[in-house]
Amino acid sequence: MRALLIALLRRLLMIVPVLWAVVTLVFLLIHLVPGDPARQLVGENATEEQVQKVRADLGLDKPLLTQYTDYWTGLFQGDWGENPVTRQGVFTRISSRYPATIKLTLASMLIAILISIPLGVTAATHRGTFIDGLSTFTALLGISLPSFALGPLLILIFSVELGIAPVSGGGGLANLILPSITLGAALSAILTRIVRSSVLEELGEDYVRTARAKGLLERTVVYKHVLKNGLIPVVTVLGLQFGVLLAGAIITERIFSWPGVGSLLVDSINERDYKLTQGCILVIAATYVLVNTATDIAYRFLDPRIKTD
Amino acid sequence: MNLTAKIGLGIIGLMVLLAALSPVLASWDKVQRQELTSRLESPDSKHWMGRDQLGRDVMTRIIYGARVSMLVGLSVVSISATIGVMLGAMAGYKGGWTDRIVSNFLFNVFLSFPGILLAIAMVAFLGPSIKNLIIALSVIGWVGYARLMRAQVLKVREYDFVQAARALGANDLRILIRHILPNSIQPLIIQASLGMAGMILAEAGLSFLGLGVPEPIPSWGKMIDDSREFWFTAPHLFIFPGVMIALSVLAFNFLGDGLREMLDPKQRPR
Repeated sequence: MRALLIALLRRLLMIVPVLWAVVTLVFLLIHLVPGDPARQLVGENATEEQVQKVRADLGLDKPLLTQYTDYWTGLFQGDWGENPVTRQGVFTRISSRYPATIKLTLASMLIAILISIPLGVTAATHRGTFIDGLSTFTALLGISLPSFALGPLLILIFSVELGIAPVSGGGGLANLILPSITLGAALSAILTRIVRSSVLEELGEDYVRTARAKGLLERTVVYKHVLKNGLIPVVTVLGLQFGVLLAGAIITERIFSWPGVGSLLVDSINERDYKLTQGCILVIAATYVLVNTATDIAYRFLDPRIKTD
Repeated sequence: MNLTAKIGLGIIGLMVLLAALSPVLASWDKVQRQELTSRLESPDSKHWMGRDQLGRDVMTRIIYGARVSMLVGLSVVSISATIGVMLGAMAGYKGGWTDRIVSNFLFNVFLSFPGILLAIAMVAFLGPSIKNLIIALSVIGWVGYARLMRAQVLKVREYDFVQAARALGANDLRILIRHILPNSIQPLIIQASLGMAGMILAEAGLSFLGLGVPEPIPSWGKMIDDSREFWFTAPHLFIFPGVMIALSVLAFNFLGDGLREMLDPKQRPR
């Protein structure tokens, strides 16, 4: 138990350098802008005074090290900067959008689980048959079909033609259906393949033979015994894929005009609101790091065979 | 080679041919020629894929879009595989501090970002262009190759023939290039094939967000985004580019899976 706690503590401490690297990378992004970011923001026709003012607002007139320490201080104090033109605060704008993104990501994860487990298990228990081939093909199709083609297709079929699902734009549960299917499709495909191979591996284990010899129903063997062990790799992948979903949400939110951080990020890029872009990237990346760490910890609890060192 | 890999290879061949022969198949002038009186026309015998919101021929733009997809995919895979193989081989072969810096620090930092987010961030600040797109996607792409190469080198360097080469006085570079690399190449080829699929999708995704290739060059992702107001009145505007992206990605996935099955006997169905 002590070894496990030390391992957990060590894993938690590992977040510190990673988050430091993430914040530093995000801070440095603005310095990638070719030319003068302040000039880019106010446009070519602005006067030199206007450019100077925006440069001061963005803090770009200070030495790099001072900008860096100011950036850290601002992060801790909730002062993530503001748009030099509209004066809207970055932190306020992001925090108002963040719940919508998390809601969409979690819903798409749920959809992916609901689709992949029965599909993966069926493929594994029918290995080499037509059903297996079909599930593998569906999974490959899910990975290959881009969300920005699937999304409009779903809207066309279910909203425009059949009229059974709203086009979205945020709001209640019904508005969540099409965006979460769109975002979760690729994950369903990946999970289906993992569930399939994981269940296949477990089906060859001794305990399965024992369970069958006891005279248990095949259904009980698969869903009660095999699936329990077979789901361990699925949990890890789910955690790692949460970040991929968060990033994928940027595109899905744009398709469905979903009011989340992803669509805010795209707006900020189009408006050249660099501070807001930095803030959105930071929030998505930090969430990714935290979820990955949580997954790693959950994985250790789920599978005691994992070494604690 | 199994059937799906052959199908994949066939589709890839067609795509490459389409990309290479695009100037012969349709003139560049046709890509840009607008006929506003015929805008949003559905597919017919003259314009097999219809016309877009500006009256341009969709099929011509699809053909030229293949050039962008293949160019970006091939460039990114070549650049990131070269960087990844070099760094991974160095880390795995040298070990010690080199390995710690590459595998403990660089891998962790680059894997702490969702890849596509880092690419979006880079293009957002560098500005959209094919060059910046290739840079951004290469920056996120090398890690996969480096991890794979490092693992391969760690395995292969212990083999007897490597020890024999060392005993015969071969230097590190010769051992790496003549002995380790040829014996590590199989998984790299599979990774490159799957990597092409990922990069085609990433290019289309970034172009859809307005962060890909700038006007007037057509890109499949951008074609879908440009037509968003007309998705439901003229669905051919997103269906054709969508099918092309899906086909290309599917083909490279088919090929990668087929190669894996062919090169790794454990993956073959029993």
